Amino acid sequence: MIGGAKRANISSSTLKNDFDRRSIMIGTVMGGIGVILAARMSYLAIAENEKYQVESESNRVNLSLIPPRRGWLLDRNGAPLASNRADFRVDIIPERMGDPERTIDVLGGLLELEPNKIGDLKQSIEDARGFQPIEVASGLDYEKFAAVSVRLPELPGVVPQRGFSRYYPTGATVGHLIGYVGPASAEEYEADRNPLLITPGYKIGKDGLEKQFEQRLRGTPGARRVEVTASGRIVRDLDTREDIQGNPVRLTIDGPLQNYAARRIGLESGSVVVMDCKTGDLLCMASMPSFDPNSFSDGIGSVEYSMLREDERVPLRNKVLKGLYPPGSTVKPMVSMAFLKEGLDPNETVFCGGGLRVGNRVFRCWNRRGHGTVDMAKGIYQSCDVYYYYFAQRIGMDPIAAMNRRCGLGQEFPLPVTSQFYGTVPDPAWKLKKYEREWQAFDTVNATIGQGYMLANPLQLAVSAARLATGRHVMPRLTMDTPPKGFDQVDFPDEHVQYVRQAMSDVVNGPGTAGRGRLPFDDIKMAGKTGTAQVVSLNKSDGKTGPWKYRDHGLFTFFAPFDNPRYAGAVVIEHGGGSGSAYPIARDVMTFMFDPAKGMDALRALEAQWGGTAQERLDRKYAAYAQAAGETVPPAPKRAEDIFDQVEAEARVAAQQPEEIADEAVAPRPEANPEGAPRPNPEQQVIDAARNAGNASDSGAAANPADASQ
Amino acid sequence: MTGFVPEPIARQPWQMLIPLFLLIAFGAAVLHSAAGGSMDPFASSHLIRFAVFLVMAVIMSQFGRELVKFMTYPVYGIVFLLLVAVEVMGTLGGGSQRWLDLGFMRLQPSEVMKPVVVLALARFYDTLPVGMIPTWRALIPAGVLIGLPMALVLMQPDLGTALAIAFGGAIVMFLAGLPMRWFLAAGGAGAIAVPLAFFFGLQEYQQRRVTTFLDPESDPLGAGYHITQSKIAIGSGGINGKGFSQGSQSHLNYLPEPHTDFVFATMAEEWGLIGGIFVIGVFAIILRWGWSVARASEDRFARLLAAGLTATIFFYVAINLMMVMGLAPVVGIPLPFMSHGGSSMMTNMICIGGLLMVNRWNREAPRRRLM
Repeated sequence: MIGGAKRANISSSTLKNDFDRRSIMIGTVMGGIGVILAARMSYLAIAENEKYQVESESNRVNLSLIPPRRGWLLDRNGAPLASNRADFRVDIIPERMGDPERTIDVLGGLLELEPNKIGDLKQSIEDARGFQPIEVASGLDYEKFAAVSVRLPELPGVVPQRGFSRYYPTGATVGHLIGYVGPASAEEYEADRNPLLITPGYKIGKDGLEKQFEQRLRGTPGARRVEVTASGRIVRDLDTREDIQGNPVRLTIDGPLQNYAARRIGLESGSVVVMDCKTGDLLCMASMPSFDPNSFSDGIGSVEYSMLREDERVPLRNKVLKGLYPPGSTVKPMVSMAFLKEGLDPNETVFCGGGLRVGNRVFRCWNRRGHGTVDMAKGIYQSCDVYYYYFAQRIGMDPIAAMNRRCGLGQEFPLPVTSQFYGTVPDPAWKLKKYEREWQAFDTVNATIGQGYMLANPLQLAVSAARLATGRHVMPRLTMDTPPKGFDQVDFPDEHVQYVRQAMSDVVNGPGTAGRGRLPFDDIKMAGKTGTAQVVSLNKSDGKTGPWKYRDHGLFTFFAPFDNPRYAGAVVIEHGGGSGSAYPIARDVMTFMFDPAKGMDALRALEAQWGGTAQERLDRKYAAYAQAAGETVPPAPKRAEDIFDQVEAEARVAAQQPEEIADEAVAPRPEANPEGAPRPNPEQQVIDAARNAGNASDSGAAANPADASQ
Repeated sequence: MTGFVPEPIARQPWQMLIPLFLLIAFGAAVLHSAAGGSMDPFASSHLIRFAVFLVMAVIMSQFGRELVKFMTYPVYGIVFLLLVAVEVMGTLGGGSQRWLDLGFMRLQPSEVMKPVVVLALARFYDTLPVGMIPTWRALIPAGVLIGLPMALVLMQPDLGTALAIAFGGAIVMFLAGLPMRWFLAAGGAGAIAVPLAFFFGLQEYQQRRVTTFLDPESDPLGAGYHITQSKIAIGSGGINGKGFSQGSQSHLNYLPEPHTDFVFATMAEEWGLIGGIFVIGVFAIILRWGWSVARASEDRFARLLAAGLTATIFFYVAINLMMVMGLAPVVGIPLPFMSHGGSSMMTNMICIGGLLMVNRWNREAPRRRLM
């Protein structure tokens, strides 16, 4: 051992020896460390050179995706229903933010955000996963955009950019049909690990057609490579690849008609569906009241959400596809078709004295005074219930149910929509399976007048009108690139079709129940069938007055011109108080179809009474609501999907409401124009036109509270 | 006294000085790049400081042995008092302060303490009777000489400088011939004390530096950032480097402290492995010369002094290079002759000056013996 010399032996020379040996030892260690350092450096610079070069490049170069411009949604004539607008926007990426609270407050000041918007933002930052960008504002003017841009160094995680935002020119009137766009949720990003989904400013379709055609509309993102410093300041642009816009989708929808119909629904809650009888094109699928997809696409504010949520007219539900209603008397032409198919002579009559005894029970006609002698045509245009009660007992339920299904009730159509409720066409087998109870006579009675368990959505009713009008198995289509279907399949023989057409024409143009539904043209006549669907039992409400949600639904199916059908459709007004709320809308929509100027005049007069267009009223309502609500509004659900999930659940509950009264025979409600009108003459048309909307002179007389089942 | 006559230029140790000048010039080039392609503010002051401290070193080299021996303890006392003064001022000023403002420069007494501790220990073992080397009387005074300034520096707190003082002192003690078993025992005690010191002695930010050194990738954007970015800079330079003033890591501010502690990474990114081998090579030449000066000396004081000064320079170089290459935790120790900074330049030039001085003594010694 070097230091092991005994104490006695220590001298200057042994110390010099020690020094020499130990200095060699230290020198060797130092040299060894030098070699290790040189080797380590060689290892980093040679063996790991590639890895570190990549890391250095990924430090230096920042690749940012340029969100692709979304493909347009066009109407049948090429007019945009959803387009893009260039704008300035500001997003935040929570995981890159230092002090979110302060940053949001600074942004709020710079962008002059409202307090409830700032509150919403803070909430979303708490809920968001860090990588998901959150939109702060879009559609900014240049001054505000520049004000944020110059303060970027003190606002980490804030991304101001020029981009495009989705724009729906017709606003609320296409809300349910088109849907809206929004930033991808965490679940959507996990399902599709596309970095585009977490690019600030990129939005995917969240509902309706925007969601259905997401892949087609998406396009290819562009990319921008920039050199950045460690603090994120951009030094220079390296190169840029432009985005490729997504493909457009051309719909069969007639934009102006859609807009017209939605506006014509006015203050009511309901839907209008119009189809082209020659192609099956869905020209209009209006559902009102609705939400404004423009503001939804900017992020759903809690105030707006709360307003829509509290509205008993469920503006978040697409009533065309998810509204289920007892079809009421609108099933009668279909039941007639079933009778004809089973060989019933349409001229065979039954005497209606206001009711029909089946077994030991009396079932009442809606007209308590009776219709006298009734054949099939009168059964349709006067909507005589006794006629159907009587012959349905003879024909049986199964042929009627089969015919309802053939006409489209209970069917789901192959359409690019997120979901459709297909309702119920009851028959004995169905009832046994679902309720384990035998089919009763009163079940047939209910079913033949479209009450009881029977439920349909407005689209199905429109399809049934198109099939009755043409005799063909018309299939609806929503995009121009799907081929028309069903026209080679003949559903009904020509003479049956002619008979029903004439009877349905008489509903409007003859001594029928919809005299005020006549079109203001000499040469074009509309055929149709009224329906009034009861939702609660007679002892709860008379169906016309009282609480809104106890009032009867008003329905009307129609086609025009009656002798050579070009268009068919259905109007359903929820709790409109009877069919009188529905067919004037059908009349105006068809008027607009054949003569837009005349149709608009009628609408303008009405909108003057209502206080503006649908969009104007929605905006005003929002302003008033926001003012009243202040900051006490509960927050919107974290995921936009939840909003519609809840609404769907409620739609199902709402649809079952009429079933509660299916256990007994429904006492039919008076049709809107029960006295009928004489065959049309010019003078009468003038009188009709002069009548105002509230006229249903003798409905009160028929509102006999006597329960038919007892 | 022929020592006062300037030696002819040819007798200077050019085998060390020329590489040193090259290294200084190279350092200036790297600092030029680190300043974004400008002599200001780093490169010009780097060269000026070197020139000033070179003059200081040359003057130092002319000191006579007896003068140095005489002045050793007074100098130690003065520097120690300065260290106390800094500590007191820092406490009164409500914050840690490491320097005294002398007007023309900021003097860090802790920096000056490193060579002065070596000097004091060399003097101590020079005067200690040979027979007392294996006794406690060789250990305790030396321990006090090292321990007092170390404690003050640790209070600042400046772990890097405290370790440098301890290292220089320990090397002198080792070379002074103290029993080997003491060093083995100290090594064993250190193995026990280090974990204790880690948990109780270090500030939280220092603990974090150690833990992230062990696994820098665990927190690449947090405390491990320095090491990760430094390795990226060195690794991405490859063999030839990215070219002068082409380093993206330093120019885009990914590399922290590109002109001081991480100057080697800045250099390696632009000059690659070739530049790195050059720098390591120059340090090898300088340190080797330092050892040869120490070993050539016949005088115990000069021998220990030269070895201790060489070890002090080595400590800077080794710790800094290990740090930038990810072999040691981040401690704020600059790279001699390349990093921008007056105090470190002064300390290292004091060491060079001391070595030049011993070298001159060595040259004169044989002649004196012949007389």
